[in-house]
Amino acid sequence: MTGFEDPIKLLNISLESLTPYRLMHKEQDCYDVIVIGAGHAGCEAALCTARSGLNTCIFTTNLDTIAQLSCNPAIGGLAKGHIVREIDALGGEMAKITDRSGIQFRMLNLSRGPAVWSLRAQVDRVLYRLNMAQCLERQKNLTIRQDIVEEIVVEGGKVKGVVTSLGTFSASKAIIVTTGTFLKGLIHIGLANFQAGRAGEFPSIGLSDSLRKLGLKLGRLKTGTPPRLDAKTIDFSKTTPQHGDDPPPPFSYSTEEITNPQIPCYITYTNKKTHNIIMEGLDRSPLYGGRIKGIGPRYCPSIEDKVVRFSDKERHQISLEPEGLETIEYYANGISTSLPYDVQIRLVRSIEGLEDANIMRPAYAIEYDFVYPTQLRHSLEIKGIDGLFLAGQINGTSGYEEASAQGLMAGINVVLKLRDKDPLVIRRDEAYIGVLIDDLVTKGTAEPYRMFTSRAEYRLLLRHDNADFRLMEKGHKIGLVSDAAYEKVKEKKRMMNEEIKRLKGVRVKPSDKINEALSTIGTSPIREEASLENLLRRPEIKYGFIRRFSPSPYGLTSEVEGIVEINVKYNGYIERQVKMADRLKKLESKKIPLDFDYRSIQGLSKEVVEKLLEIQPETIGQAGRMPGITPAAISIILVAVERYWRQIKSPC
Amino acid sequence: MNCLDDTIAAISTPIGEGGIGIVRLSGSNSITIADHIFFSPKGKNLKDTKSHTIVYGFIINPTTGERIDEVLVSVMKAPRTYTMEDVVEINCHGGILPLRTTLRLLLDKGVRLAEPGEFTKRAFLNGRIDLSRAEAVIDVIRSKTEQSERLAFQHLEGRLSVKITDLRNNITDICIHIEAHIDFPEDELELMTRTEIINSMSEIETELSNLSKGYNEGRFFREGVSTAIVGKPNVGKSSILNALLQRDKAIVTGMPGTTRDIIEDYLNIDGLPLRVIDTAGIRESYDLAEVEGVRRTLRAIEDADVVLAILDASRPIDEADAELMKKVKDKKAIAVINKSDIESAKFKFPDDTNGKGDAAWRSGAEAAEKSHIDTSASCCDTVPVVKVSALKGDGLDELKNAIYSLCISSSDIIGTEGVIITNMRHKHSIDRALESLREASETFENGEPFEVVAISLRESLHHLGEIIGVVTTEDILDRIFSDFCIGK
Repeated sequence: MTGFEDPIKLLNISLESLTPYRLMHKEQDCYDVIVIGAGHAGCEAALCTARSGLNTCIFTTNLDTIAQLSCNPAIGGLAKGHIVREIDALGGEMAKITDRSGIQFRMLNLSRGPAVWSLRAQVDRVLYRLNMAQCLERQKNLTIRQDIVEEIVVEGGKVKGVVTSLGTFSASKAIIVTTGTFLKGLIHIGLANFQAGRAGEFPSIGLSDSLRKLGLKLGRLKTGTPPRLDAKTIDFSKTTPQHGDDPPPPFSYSTEEITNPQIPCYITYTNKKTHNIIMEGLDRSPLYGGRIKGIGPRYCPSIEDKVVRFSDKERHQISLEPEGLETIEYYANGISTSLPYDVQIRLVRSIEGLEDANIMRPAYAIEYDFVYPTQLRHSLEIKGIDGLFLAGQINGTSGYEEASAQGLMAGINVVLKLRDKDPLVIRRDEAYIGVLIDDLVTKGTAEPYRMFTSRAEYRLLLRHDNADFRLMEKGHKIGLVSDAAYEKVKEKKRMMNEEIKRLKGVRVKPSDKINEALSTIGTSPIREEASLENLLRRPEIKYGFIRRFSPSPYGLTSEVEGIVEINVKYNGYIERQVKMADRLKKLESKKIPLDFDYRSIQGLSKEVVEKLLEIQPETIGQAGRMPGITPAAISIILVAVERYWRQIKSPC
Repeated sequence: MNCLDDTIAAISTPIGEGGIGIVRLSGSNSITIADHIFFSPKGKNLKDTKSHTIVYGFIINPTTGERIDEVLVSVMKAPRTYTMEDVVEINCHGGILPLRTTLRLLLDKGVRLAEPGEFTKRAFLNGRIDLSRAEAVIDVIRSKTEQSERLAFQHLEGRLSVKITDLRNNITDICIHIEAHIDFPEDELELMTRTEIINSMSEIETELSNLSKGYNEGRFFREGVSTAIVGKPNVGKSSILNALLQRDKAIVTGMPGTTRDIIEDYLNIDGLPLRVIDTAGIRESYDLAEVEGVRRTLRAIEDADVVLAILDASRPIDEADAELMKKVKDKKAIAVINKSDIESAKFKFPDDTNGKGDAAWRSGAEAAEKSHIDTSASCCDTVPVVKVSALKGDGLDELKNAIYSLCISSSDIIGTEGVIITNMRHKHSIDRALESLREASETFENGEPFEVVAISLRESLHHLGEIIGVVTTEDILDRIFSDFCIGK
């Protein structure tokens, strides 16, 4: 030993950045923000508030499962991939961690139009959580504690702090609850069931009651996960490998290159025999036996559901997904089930390639409490409890991406609240995150809510390629996006506009050379002068074709080329959606006062008044999206709200 | 949902009575849009017109160049207007038909049909009406909404709503296949084939187009069929009118005309209201040859939805009759052979004695030929013929049946299973839905990306939804989850 060596130094963390934190000595346990739960929502929330200079404490029931991917080892996919990009553009962490932990990246939907291309990555489960945990550990202003929060203390309608299972009290100005499936979690495997937050972890019982005591309305949902199999017992030669893209495209705008080794997934199918085994086992299914009361997601049914509901389908696809580079565990995507263990073994072994497969972890269903999200404002703060924010699966959503997005937004809005600023509400035409939160708080949800591109009215505007154009300015304004990154996106936008201007200006004369090239790619020749823009509008012509005949003087990256192509090709439709969105903005700008007294308005039906009192829409636009509110009701509210504001301006 | 400052229009005078009516526009584009359909003989345009002045001119159909009506247009520029927006008021003089056509031309130019009470609502929101009257504004919106809802309920026993729901379901079928294709690329789904989608779209297009064409018939139920009785003096026009009215004494409401010497009477045929325009020529003895008489008759024919051309069976058909038949050949018209009881030998149909007794569906040409008039000058083959005796009351039921059939069972509405559009708002929504659907099938066939096709499909759903209720994306997702095995 050569004397004292600072362990922090060994971790290669800059001491300078830690000094103020180390010097901070707390007289009492007191924070600006407490985050309960260190899953995907909790991590983003805590990083956001800590990075914004708020003294933050994050509680987790288990330090070893920070940012655990409880279900499939994958991030992104349709609409979810868009959300990951949006999180990145706002200054969140998920995209970066995915890029550092990903072991297969695929752009989905390439055969469709560019608005619905979406990135999906298989990630190494262990790497993901280590990378995120490391990120948290190295974050200034962030205290990480393993303890179970049992109670949220509220006085005079304002949060005061939390009491943990160790009986300690920690004070804070704001609390973000991100407990996922842990509230009164109940796991079912066949007719056996036990309380757990997820397999192998403690549930959170006290907190659920504490929320009820605060007057919140809770419901119960259900979700499930498939068995994990031992790769040593899988005959991969009977399956079809599915490789990722080469080179792997990253999620984050800041990632230059994916450096992890890339490995494939393997596809196999269920068959008649599998389905028979399932049918025979249904008498011991907690789902069909009525033991499970929570509502499950229709888009992610268990295999028994699929077999029962679509009995004419002869097979269902299964994707064997690696859990990581260093493990033999494989995730059998497609056979989520709550059937008993013995049925699980038989059903797995009836599948081609899995005849000798061993189940390392059984599939299970989990029921958990969630808070009806219509009790939230768009800021994700609970109506009527000052400083209490909720994010993630507790709000009835499903999916890591949806959770992260809410965590980030709750974090941002806590920061803005403590800075005495208006909350950041992202509109439906600005981001899937806007659609997500608006749907939750306006319409609520009856099943675990997952994002789909079809939920977005302005799908052509919400592309994965332009998330930075859409949101980075907001992220920068809050301080989560660096000046350099923001400058970079501004430059990118400038380049795009310059190039589009050039394409409009440059005209091509008909010549044998160009017409031959046009006919080679199967499009008609030009007879008179045509602008490059006009040529690029044709479905057959890609940007590469333009480059051959008239290379851009701006030295465009292939990314910018792609964006230029999309903007030229779909300009008409994009503009149409922009116009539609502009109209929405006007209704969105008509604010309804907090606690507006709908009962005093003549002419609204009782049902309408009750709905309005429950949702308390923040704008006329939001009121119009509420189910069951007619245009006539909106007209009446509009007039009543106008009267209110005028009375405030000029009291008689 | 509608927005707050787009340009809206509506007929702002009560429908049905009087010859003058006003179409009112409000919004930032109202003057420019009105200019599209306005023609001033002095070459004026509304944009350059001083605020709060009146311009004389014509409303013309910009695509066909057809003159719709002679009008006075008031131009009132913001903010000194009722709504504090640019307001244009078009004073039409030609009765309900030109009013309706004018409004439709504006809607085609992108103006939105105003919601009940919307002008007043805007007046309030823009600060024109003071605070104390807010309750009154709400009352206006409410009462007008209730009124239109009541009308909506009458809608031929909800058959329209059933039909629209059906069509929406069919579009949703296509939609969910397109959407599932986009949102679930990793799932193995059994989706409609390209041909199936194209065929389905084209079937729905046909149905929507039939519904839209049926609007004229539907409008008859709502606003009444304007019916002109024309013919030479003394052919029995007023006796036919009176005979028709006698059958429905209870619902006769004679009302003297206001600005013009036209009297309207109402009668009802199986729920189809007939507004009988009694031209002056009927009550006063104008000679057809007389200039004024001809002018009035022509005007009546032009304005009418249905023309009853009265011929006298007791006299040979002459040139004046032939001339009349020529004039009505492009209208929905019925040749009514009156005085069948004293039919002259010269006026005889070949098989009218075989005792069929029903309306004799004959061409006017035949009648003309029988009476040795130049057939080319008489009329076309399409005009049905009914024999009546106004005196004895014979053939009146047949006449009514003929009128009813002419209005309702015309080929226009075949394929809509008797569903009739009676409301301009509905017709407008259907037209928009059809337009969007056509765009969807065009983009689909051109191989544009599905998310582009989906935009038009959703617009189409949205427009149909305006007729029966709100559309949400949840509808589509619900259908996807119930129809497809999603989630690998």
